[in-house]
Amino acid sequence: MSDHDHDHHDHHHHHDHDHSELSETELRVRALETILTEKGYVDPAALDAIIQAYETKIGPHNGAQVVAKAWTDPAFKQALLDDATAAVSTLGHVSRVGDHLVAVENTPQRHNMVVCTLCSCYPWEMLGLPPVWYKAAAYRSRAVKDPRGVLADFGVSLPKQIEIRVWDSTAETRFLVLPMRPDGTEGWSEQQLAELVTRDSMIGTGFPKTPGAPS
Amino acid sequence: MNGVHDMGGMDGFGKVEPEPNEPMFHTDWEARVLAMVRAMGAAGAFNIDTSRYYREMLPPHVYLASSYYKKWFLGLEDLLIDKGFVSAEDVAAGHAVQPPKPLKRGKFALDDVERVMVRGKFGRAAPAGPKFKPGDRVRAKNIHPATHTRLPRYVRGHIGVIERDHGCHVFPDTAAMEAGENPQWLYTVVFEGAELWGADADPTVKISIDAFEPYLEPA
Repeated sequence: MSDHDHDHHDHHHHHDHDHSELSETELRVRALETILTEKGYVDPAALDAIIQAYETKIGPHNGAQVVAKAWTDPAFKQALLDDATAAVSTLGHVSRVGDHLVAVENTPQRHNMVVCTLCSCYPWEMLGLPPVWYKAAAYRSRAVKDPRGVLADFGVSLPKQIEIRVWDSTAETRFLVLPMRPDGTEGWSEQQLAELVTRDSMIGTGFPKTPGAPS
Repeated sequence: MNGVHDMGGMDGFGKVEPEPNEPMFHTDWEARVLAMVRAMGAAGAFNIDTSRYYREMLPPHVYLASSYYKKWFLGLEDLLIDKGFVSAEDVAAGHAVQPPKPLKRGKFALDDVERVMVRGKFGRAAPAGPKFKPGDRVRAKNIHPATHTRLPRYVRGHIGVIERDHGCHVFPDTAAMEAGENPQWLYTVVFEGAELWGADADPTVKISIDAFEPYLEPA
């Protein structure tokens, strides 16, 4: 323990990037980390490294590369639909992926949408950490009962006759939606196509960007 | 458990509100909580199912009023105290005042970071063949375990069709209770909207869950 930790009443300890006093939660979180560190359970530098890895290595760019590859390479697309973990593992430049990744394909007849009603299961390695709305009650409660209403909250509307398939992630399987390739992208490179693939299009609450539309 | 976490089909939570340009973390402490949960899990203090169970056990009013990472923090603190890794005295003091309890995989250090960035493996060797195959009609059992389960309430008692067989996986219901991995077959089961939500349901909607074999019976 360092010298300035002798005073346990460090609640007013100054903080360089927050104008307010520390919240009760922040104090409790700091205290728990102190305890775990002092007990020798964790190295705080390893916690820093976890956070840095989440901030830099994972994110929807990984999923976008997979989708773009599937749009340009029919053999890869088939492999992805057959066993997404195995198919993604063949792409050396995409981050390593866990088992039981399942890719589900949007077609003119069927739109797929992913939710976790019980918690927040989400394909982290493909899409990064989930956004707050994905983990919040409004989405988790309504996605399975009123998916068209949820899509309307995102400004998305689908033709009335199209089937909507909602995948509730209730186990350690993780679902990635393979959206439809936008029209007007014939001859585009994988890299150009990947730029069109949004996070929400891979959850099923949005579409890829339209070529030429303002972003 | 029939907790408030089991939200599928509930009304009254309002519109989904996506946040433009949402940051990865809204405060620094959220990131610390995420890292502590990942690290302590990887060090062997708990498995993923036990950590979910502890979040589910938060009192309903606390669960609903807490942000996502606040729930993670509260669940983590409760879990570490219950399992004896941290004591109430440690928490009250804000420092370790009691000796540590050995961790199954030892201290979480820098060398372990890469390992937590890939999900764990949950597939297991099958102790017996599958009872169901794609195309089979099944009913989700009307069961209400008081402890952790991954069978959401909104499908219980309803009939669906097996669509995919994912092989044999760790069974969360026992793993969460530290009662063993007890591997079970896992299937995607598809339900018609009207089967779950009645005659007024949108006829174009189908919903699937991934269900462990003990959740299902032939229909």
